[in-house]
Amino acid sequence: MSVSKLSVAQLDAAYGQAQVLFDVSLEIGAGEAVALLGRNGAGKSTTFRAILGLIARPTGRIVFDGEDISKCPPHEIVRRGLGYVPEDRRIFSDLTVEENLLVGRQPPRPNAPTWTPERLFAIFPNLRELRGRAGARMSGGEQQMLTIARTLMGNPSLLLLDEPSEGLAPRIVEQMIEAIREMKREGLSLLLSEQNLPFARLVAERVYVIEKGAIRFVGTVAEFDAQPDVRHAYLAF
Amino acid sequence: MSFYFVQFVTGLSSACSLFLVASGLSIIFGVTRVVNFAHGAFYMLGAYIGYTLTDRLSGVVGFWGAIALGALAVAAIGTLIEMLLLRRIYDAPELFQLLATFGVTLVVEDLVLLIWGPSELLGPRAPGFTGAIDLFGQPFPTYDLLLIALAPLVLAFLWLLFRRTTWGVLVRAATQDREMVAALGVNQKWLFTSVFALGVFLAGLGGALELPREAANHTMDLQVITEALVVVVIGGLGSVPGTFLAAIIVSELNAFGILVFPKISIVLVFLVMAIVLIVRPWGLLGRAEAAARAASGMVLSRWRPLRAEGRLFAVLALAVAALLPLVAGSYLVGVATEVLIFMLYAASLHFLLAGGGLASFGHAAYFGLGSYGAAIALKACGLGMETAIVAGTVLGLVGALVFGWFCVRLSGVYFAMLTLAFAQIAWSIAYQWTDVTGGDNGIIGVWPSAWAASPARFYWLTLALSAGGIALLRAITFSPFGYALRALRDSTLRAETIGIERRRVQWMGFVIAGAFAALAGALYAFLKGSVFPDNISISLSIDGLVMVLLGGVGTVSGGIVGAAIYRSLSIWVISHTDYSKLVLGALIVLLVVLFPKGLVGAFEAWRSVRTLAGLHRQNP
Ligand SMILES: Nc1ncnc2c1ncn2[C@@H]1O[C@H](COP(=O)(O)OP(=O)(O)O)[C@@H](O)[C@H]1O
Ligand SMILES: [Mg+2]
Repeated sequence: MSVSKLSVAQLDAAYGQAQVLFDVSLEIGAGEAVALLGRNGAGKSTTFRAILGLIARPTGRIVFDGEDISKCPPHEIVRRGLGYVPEDRRIFSDLTVEENLLVGRQPPRPNAPTWTPERLFAIFPNLRELRGRAGARMSGGEQQMLTIARTLMGNPSLLLLDEPSEGLAPRIVEQMIEAIREMKREGLSLLLSEQNLPFARLVAERVYVIEKGAIRFVGTVAEFDAQPDVRHAYLAF
Repeated sequence: MSFYFVQFVTGLSSACSLFLVASGLSIIFGVTRVVNFAHGAFYMLGAYIGYTLTDRLSGVVGFWGAIALGALAVAAIGTLIEMLLLRRIYDAPELFQLLATFGVTLVVEDLVLLIWGPSELLGPRAPGFTGAIDLFGQPFPTYDLLLIALAPLVLAFLWLLFRRTTWGVLVRAATQDREMVAALGVNQKWLFTSVFALGVFLAGLGGALELPREAANHTMDLQVITEALVVVVIGGLGSVPGTFLAAIIVSELNAFGILVFPKISIVLVFLVMAIVLIVRPWGLLGRAEAAARAASGMVLSRWRPLRAEGRLFAVLALAVAALLPLVAGSYLVGVATEVLIFMLYAASLHFLLAGGGLASFGHAAYFGLGSYGAAIALKACGLGMETAIVAGTVLGLVGALVFGWFCVRLSGVYFAMLTLAFAQIAWSIAYQWTDVTGGDNGIIGVWPSAWAASPARFYWLTLALSAGGIALLRAITFSPFGYALRALRDSTLRAETIGIERRRVQWMGFVIAGAFAALAGALYAFLKGSVFPDNISISLSIDGLVMVLLGGVGTVSGGIVGAAIYRSLSIWVISHTDYSKLVLGALIVLLVVLFPKGLVGAFEAWRSVRTLAGLHRQNP
């Protein structure tokens, strides 16, 4: 593995009294694409939210580009180049496509690809025709593209993608794979959570398996495929 | 005909300042979710600072420059308050935010008094707009025409600001989903501060622009905040065009209400607001909020009825209290009577707020109705004290029945604002309907019957009724009805699925709380021998909240402890300083920032920490 991009060590997290993450550790190298696999409710989204500081993280060390970000508020983490695409998309439905992109805009970064609406329209062609349309009047697939494009406007060097293929039509999933490959070609590091194994296989090099808030498996895609019992024990597919 | 037209145009010109204030309130709420009660105070500051600046600086920067500087100065003050105070309490329940901004209002009121003195200040006329034009044979001030033109300009300016600038886009995004905006790298802190600054600037500008129309005075803050709250409720919180529309509606209703009900013009506004709330609970152009969240947003421990030793303690306390007149002089007995009355008042609000999760910001309405009901029954109807107390209680109960019916249709901050608006309406009726209420002069000579006339006897009567009332409220709290009310407080959805009718139960809770507050009010009338509109004032409503919070909302009846402490304290402060509002306002702000759990709650937390520490020491 190359130089470390994000390193999460011994992370716990809780909603109120209920602890959800137990001692989660992750490593993502620069330029790497890693999949976090797990059933519904396993703790994937919570991991992402805890990394970003959207929920309290009482313990754990989170190092991004060599700096500890575990005490930083969300906006500072994002401004260091860590982009986050939420599972439920959270499009600003009152705002047009262009305005949604504007909210995500951040200055260019030396170690990350720079995106403009024009470049994003090139990989998400559907958005180009919808630029003036309000977010509320878009299909699920279009919203998924918009939420990714919006985060890319922040020119991240690492992108956290929470279940990007969830609930999408097969044709849109194909576009999504193409878009993710394009991001990888641009040098973006990726951590994506998935329940869709074929999708994850097509884009990721390494796999983490999470179950009941704890990491149960780490390895390359080939190692994962060589251990079908892991798959049966922790995944529903 | 021409008269009506002129009346209509006059209404339009009053809409301008109202729109400025209300839109500021609405924009601030949209992004920060804080109902900035201090908005009226900022409006008042705008007028006073505008007065000074036009007086001193007109020669240098001109009249308009001075007005703009005044509004900017108010915005600067507001920004400071946002950074020092509100930033600490954005995550607190909305009740605390309303309270803190009310505290700011009190402080500002006394500071204005200190700096500018008690008399009204008539500002200069705007150069070039001093005359009047002929409008269908009636003279009409040109300045008013200017204001009529200004309102749509401001609306257009705000529209452009929100649609055409990056900042505006961020604000609109944050209005919808604050967390997501932060997750895209936007620093919310500065977004909130800038939005607050803009909102306060609008309020200050509204106040300064009123200068050539009416003198700056000390009641303009509460007057405008009430109207602004009504405007945002009608127009829809967070909607600037809705605010514009509603400001015109309310101003026109005021202008024509005077003609229809000269004495109680505010009733017309109230009727329209009621209709709007029934037809469109989120206002004309507002949007329904997501699931109604619990009004108070508190986490509470389980409540239990008093056990044997608790009851014994209560009986002992009562016995000691009953002995007081034997050892204390009549001044002290009078103070103690007042404290007892406020314990009952606080207990009734505590029942609604802590038990029902319903944060009423207008509980004084029922206290006041109790006072006026008793006084009118005694003086105008010639009934005896005993019947008059019953009559007062019944009037409060009926008032709660009517107002409560509307209020329980809303929740959270909308509920709070509506209760506040109703209380202000009750106050206005008491203030304006001089034939019945005596207006500002109140009703005097409300003395108890001969058998209860001595301070000691009236004290005993109050003790019996207050203690009885508090005991009854506790009994209701632990009755099946009380459990239903609490179930709704803790999880509205779950309670409704097990068949509890939310509106009916909360309505009944509202009425019960109102009736006991009215009983307290009726007793208060006889204690003081008089009734004034102050018995319904916002301050009294807020005092109730402070008492409950001081006692701790998480407790079963901490409110009575809070009442005892706060009322004694405020009687003492009022007798020792002319600037009691300054002291009490600062106290409220401090209380909210330092003890969000209340004193009793803080004491309990302290005790449990001590217990834990003790355990650790025993088995390390
Ligand atoms: N807002 C929340 N409050 C309380 N519990 C939550 C919340 N969100 C998720 N959980 C719980 O946390 C656990 C992990 O959820 P999540 O991280 O969303 O899983 P995943 O994304 O893998 O489906 C689940 O048991 C879920 O019920
Ligand atoms: Mg998830």
